[in-house]
Amino acid sequence: MSKLLLKGGRVVDPVQGIDEVADLMIDDGLISGIGPDLDANGAVVLEVSGCVVAPGFIDMHVHLREPGQEYKETIKTGTAAAAAGGFTGVACMPNTSPVNDQRAVTELIIERADEAGSVPVYPIGCVSVGQKGEALAEIGELVDGGCVAVSDDGYPVATAELMRRALEYTRMFDIPVIEHCEDLSLTGTAPMNEGSVSTALGFKGHPAAAEDIIVARDLVLAELTGGSLHCAHISSAGALRMIRDAKARGIDVTCEVTPHHFVLTDEEVRSFDTNTKMNPPLRSQAHVDAVIEALADGTVDAIVTDHAPHHADEKVLEFDLAPFGIVGLETAVPLACDRLLHRGHVTLQRLVELLAVNPARILRLDAGDLSEGAIGNVTVLDLERTATVDAAAFASKSRNTPFDGWELTGWPVFTIVAGEVVWKAAR
Amino acid sequence: MPGATEAKAAPGDTGNPATTADTSDAGDVMFPADRQAAALKSKDLLGIEYLDADEIRLILDTAHHFKEISLRPIKKVPTLRGKSIINLFFEPSTRTRTSFEIAAKRLSADTQSISASTSAVVKGETLIDTARNIEAMYADLLVIRHAFPGAAHVLARACSAGVINAGDGAHEHPTQALLDALTIRDHKGTIEGLRVLICGDIAHSRVARSNIHCLRKLGADVVVAAPPTFMPCDVESLGVEAFHRLEPALEGADVVMTLRIQLERGGKLSFPSTREYFNLFGLSRDKLALAKDDAIVMHPGPMNRGVEIASDVADGPQSVILDQVSNGLAVRMAVLYLLAGRGAGAKNVETAA
Repeated sequence: MSKLLLKGGRVVDPVQGIDEVADLMIDDGLISGIGPDLDANGAVVLEVSGCVVAPGFIDMHVHLREPGQEYKETIKTGTAAAAAGGFTGVACMPNTSPVNDQRAVTELIIERADEAGSVPVYPIGCVSVGQKGEALAEIGELVDGGCVAVSDDGYPVATAELMRRALEYTRMFDIPVIEHCEDLSLTGTAPMNEGSVSTALGFKGHPAAAEDIIVARDLVLAELTGGSLHCAHISSAGALRMIRDAKARGIDVTCEVTPHHFVLTDEEVRSFDTNTKMNPPLRSQAHVDAVIEALADGTVDAIVTDHAPHHADEKVLEFDLAPFGIVGLETAVPLACDRLLHRGHVTLQRLVELLAVNPARILRLDAGDLSEGAIGNVTVLDLERTATVDAAAFASKSRNTPFDGWELTGWPVFTIVAGEVVWKAAR
Repeated sequence: MPGATEAKAAPGDTGNPATTADTSDAGDVMFPADRQAAALKSKDLLGIEYLDADEIRLILDTAHHFKEISLRPIKKVPTLRGKSIINLFFEPSTRTRTSFEIAAKRLSADTQSISASTSAVVKGETLIDTARNIEAMYADLLVIRHAFPGAAHVLARACSAGVINAGDGAHEHPTQALLDALTIRDHKGTIEGLRVLICGDIAHSRVARSNIHCLRKLGADVVVAAPPTFMPCDVESLGVEAFHRLEPALEGADVVMTLRIQLERGGKLSFPSTREYFNLFGLSRDKLALAKDDAIVMHPGPMNRGVEIASDVADGPQSVILDQVSNGLAVRMAVLYLLAGRGAGAKNVETAA
């Protein structure tokens, strides 16, 4: 019976409406109490005064690359990166090799996470067999094996008909369909956003309309079917406007954004640095402003990393040839603190909703709050801590980040899973 | 400037077939020495965007003096003797590659051209590894042509040798813009205040981008005309006025530059047929009459006759298309000369300047 007492922190739990300086006790992996001056009573004591004690953060959109692409990342290194970034759980996308379109793959991921993982892993299964967009995967089997959602991430669900069936079929299991919103006929091989920068650099452009069109299609289908739609990595002002309207009309839709889409613009691509190449692409300032507005007003439900590790050899290629994506697990929380919280775009309550409460709600996880009896997953933040991003020191196997060397204020200092400290910041 | 001195010691510009105006003094009048850069600031020529107007003038003036070498009975000077220049062509090219090869040979550099089909690229080697291997053979300059924007930048960062961008996708083709500027200057005396129309497939054209930068830096008003399907997003952000029909864009033009339709870069849905394209955007004699009477006609080549330009315009009295090709040689000599001394420990040009 291990006990852990977090002493003197600012406990923030939006679900219970708590925001007060208090102690938090975790007893045998479960939250056993919040209150002033709790008696240690044999517990290990973590002095966290001046820090924020929040329900454990969950990144509901990562690529762990295992099975099949272990040279980029493994479940072990990916979850270590999650812990080092303040996340107490991650949901991993199914575009591994083989893809997670059958129960055996789901179970393999969960087994590997149990063996080697620093934090729990929640697998996301495929919508379609082989992510080919033709036939539904055995979603019932996937859910039974442990999948918490389905997605063909990397690609949109190929047709309106298939998306309709997926939204209908998943109602049986009460899981969301997570959509990668991109009309491939409009984006083709474009490596960056369409706009004045693509014009200057001579790149084919990926117009924001490509995102908007699939969002529009899927909102119509969500309304038609009553299914639960979650739009991944939204980057466009138009898509956010439609999602805001759909929510107001009661459609079951949620959405997520990444730190790079609220921090960077496509001006970064002028460097031809392949760590500025991601999908959806970095967009113009107007879109970034719209993302920040939607984070503030509740249109956006979750901040995710879209953690996409790639080997250095893959990213030294010509911009057009390099793969899309950046790692994000070890930079997301400080970017959110520095750029959203400290700049006054969101409150601390809202930040915790975006990183913990809502991801848990969307994935129907028993997590995201600090209620008595809940699993003792906690993220401790030092909002005043200033540090420099050092990609060479990442726990992730990959280093593909555009944020190396950035000085940011507001960092995780302890990551606690079921009452165990799985990571603590070097002091 | 040693190049200028060397060239001035030779016979003058009289009889230069590439010029119709008397330009023997024009360079000095337009570009007095105190406005010139003494040397290029970078070891690389990656794009016109990264040059300032003084650097552009330096290249043009150097090229102006180098033109004369090609008119000599023995078309060779020893200026770059012992320098090694490698042309890395990852995309087919006849004109540009040949021009760079001849330019290097005129200056007595050792030159070797490698095309993608014969290099290790097809064996899966990365661009950077290919370049580093070549650099390990002590190349002083790498000239690269590549299908993707930024490829020259990748090389420039990886190599200490100077890198010349000979065209990177639809991004830039700096020596083309420089030879175009030299040609315009030859014929018009100056570039400042001219109205230059660039028309055709702007979206896929590196020539358009480099020319827009170059001509604007030298004080021209640049106008572009293309069907909306061939116009890149927010083209006005490049500092140009845009038209979707050719006729109004031609009004008042001193220079009309037509661009090749580049079907290989995509855009198959961008126009229904070459027949309709010619009707709407082909530069015919009738349409050219809308420009100024003394307007010159340019084309970066290779031309699609009867698609973007009518043969009687391409071969007509206002065409300076072959002057462009001749000037390409002089401009590339100038660029090689100005950059070759900067990399791989050689300092003679830099210290002399």
